[in-house]
Amino acid sequence: MSNLIQIFKPKTKAQTTTLFAWALIAPAALVMFWIVVWPLYETFRLSFTNSNLGTLMGGAEFVGWENYEKAIGGRKFPSIVTRTFYWMFLSVGLKMILGLIGASLLASNIRARGILRALVMPPWIVPIAIGCFGWLWLYNGHFGLISNFIEMVGITDGPFSFLAYKQSAFYSAIVTDVWIGTPMVTLFFLAAIQGVPKDLHEAAYVDGASRWYRFRRITLPQILPTIVSMALLSAIWTFNSFEIIWILTEGGPRGATTTLIIDTFKTAIFSYKFGAGATRAVLVVLILGVFSVVYLTVLNRLGNKYGYSGVRK
Amino acid sequence: MMNKYTVLQKIGIYSSIALFLTFMLLPFVEMFIASLRPLTHLFSRPDVAVGETMSFMDFMSRFWSDKMSFQAYRDMWVTVPQLPRYIFNSVFLSTAVTFFAMCFIVPAAYAYARFNFRGKTVSLTLFLAVNMFSGAVLLIPLYKLLRMYGLLNTYWAMIIPGVAFLIPTGIWLLKSFLEKIPYELEEAAFVDGASRLYTLRRVILPLATPGLIVVGVAMFIGAYAQQFLFAITFNQDRDYMPLPAGIFEFIGYQRVLWNEMMAASLVGILPVLLIFLFMQKHLIAGLTSGAVKE
Repeated sequence: MSNLIQIFKPKTKAQTTTLFAWALIAPAALVMFWIVVWPLYETFRLSFTNSNLGTLMGGAEFVGWENYEKAIGGRKFPSIVTRTFYWMFLSVGLKMILGLIGASLLASNIRARGILRALVMPPWIVPIAIGCFGWLWLYNGHFGLISNFIEMVGITDGPFSFLAYKQSAFYSAIVTDVWIGTPMVTLFFLAAIQGVPKDLHEAAYVDGASRWYRFRRITLPQILPTIVSMALLSAIWTFNSFEIIWILTEGGPRGATTTLIIDTFKTAIFSYKFGAGATRAVLVVLILGVFSVVYLTVLNRLGNKYGYSGVRK
Repeated sequence: MMNKYTVLQKIGIYSSIALFLTFMLLPFVEMFIASLRPLTHLFSRPDVAVGETMSFMDFMSRFWSDKMSFQAYRDMWVTVPQLPRYIFNSVFLSTAVTFFAMCFIVPAAYAYARFNFRGKTVSLTLFLAVNMFSGAVLLIPLYKLLRMYGLLNTYWAMIIPGVAFLIPTGIWLLKSFLEKIPYELEEAAFVDGASRLYTLRRVILPLATPGLIVVGVAMFIGAYAQQFLFAITFNQDRDYMPLPAGIFEFIGYQRVLWNEMMAASLVGILPVLLIFLFMQKHLIAGLTSGAVKE
């Protein structure tokens, strides 16, 4: 017994520190094990079973790779994956461009900057679901603002229900997603732009560099680390984006807005096929994991090649 | 000098900002206008003869009616009698999530900000990696877990996952606040014979209060925003439903009461908007401190 105590008894100051630090982290770590790590393992296990509503709490049979064969071999699977990546790249690209424009504008030397900056934030701080209700009304075919506006301008000659057709529903969902995601990107880019040392700009200015030149050669390279990490974060969140699509279209019309996450939710929660749903969840995690690793590797390679590290330590 | 603009440039900047803000705020403006318009006006279309295009005045008539009133803000409580309960639930859930999340965040963030210890980088990376998993991916086992403990259809069904998914971001945010508190103060306390816990309680916490408030507010806003998914999956009891899920009751079988729905939505976001309004300066500075720190 005394030996056991001896093992756990800290011997050096470093050990005391480690022990104390871990004692402080333990509660948070335990919650994560309970609510994230164990469920992750359980999802993995369920993905090899035929679990459904009746057998959720036990008694599901092990079916090997059957769920995976069915999911990946399914007729719709390739188009869902393509759609999810298209959704992610388009939406993240737009968020980055809009965020950069917005941040540059708000960083300029104008009056009422503080108020204008605060006015950009509401889409982000308001519950996603409630913002989406507003967009539902905007997209309304007969009575919605956008439909009426394009009719007035003469693009359409009658009401147009944005969420009723495959293409328009997809791009409408993109617009809403961009609307919700842009404020945060803008905010972080703005902070990064304001963190660029002033003397760099001053030196270039004295040498006669134009504003555009200074933006390209000073601001952009300086905030590149922020852009790189924001793009990855934003990509992960956009890939996982659920509420926006679910409230606007529930994945329809005819699957036009069904991304992997929506497919997972529909299979698992709506059809009670927990095994098949878990398989899709595992695929989501795998695909995102591979994507992140590839993204960071490619950037590191590029960074080494051009003598610049895109990933900030 | 360097930051001077010509008149033309000024016009360009201001109009671009106006365009940008229009995109960001248009939905809210339209929600507000819709909440003021009577249902008959909402469901009417300008008289446009066949073959003719809608004129500008026709279009503008969509936003103006002589009968505009705040009636919807009165009627909504009658249409959905549970509405006060939903709003209360939303605020209560976010408060509870914030409270419990902070209990886990504060000690962990302190450890990461102050000590060098084995497994520091690895564990911090693992915490942040949690951001990769949306709640939607873990719904099935979480459902199982909550059912096992008999917590489905209770407040806990929404509080527990809510807390878990906020902890990583919270630790990250608070860590950067705590790192700014000079270590010398702690050393001085140690020298005077104070214990570690005493130092944390009497020296660090008072100094960290502004940071704690900012992180707390950020957690509250986050908790308020993320209620929907867990509410529709883990809770069927209307008594515990938060507002975003409750608002679906305005969507009836026959028609959608858009004006009341928009009114209820706007009232529902008032708590977070007010908090944001008072805190925005500190909040924005706090959230982005990681982006500028070198």
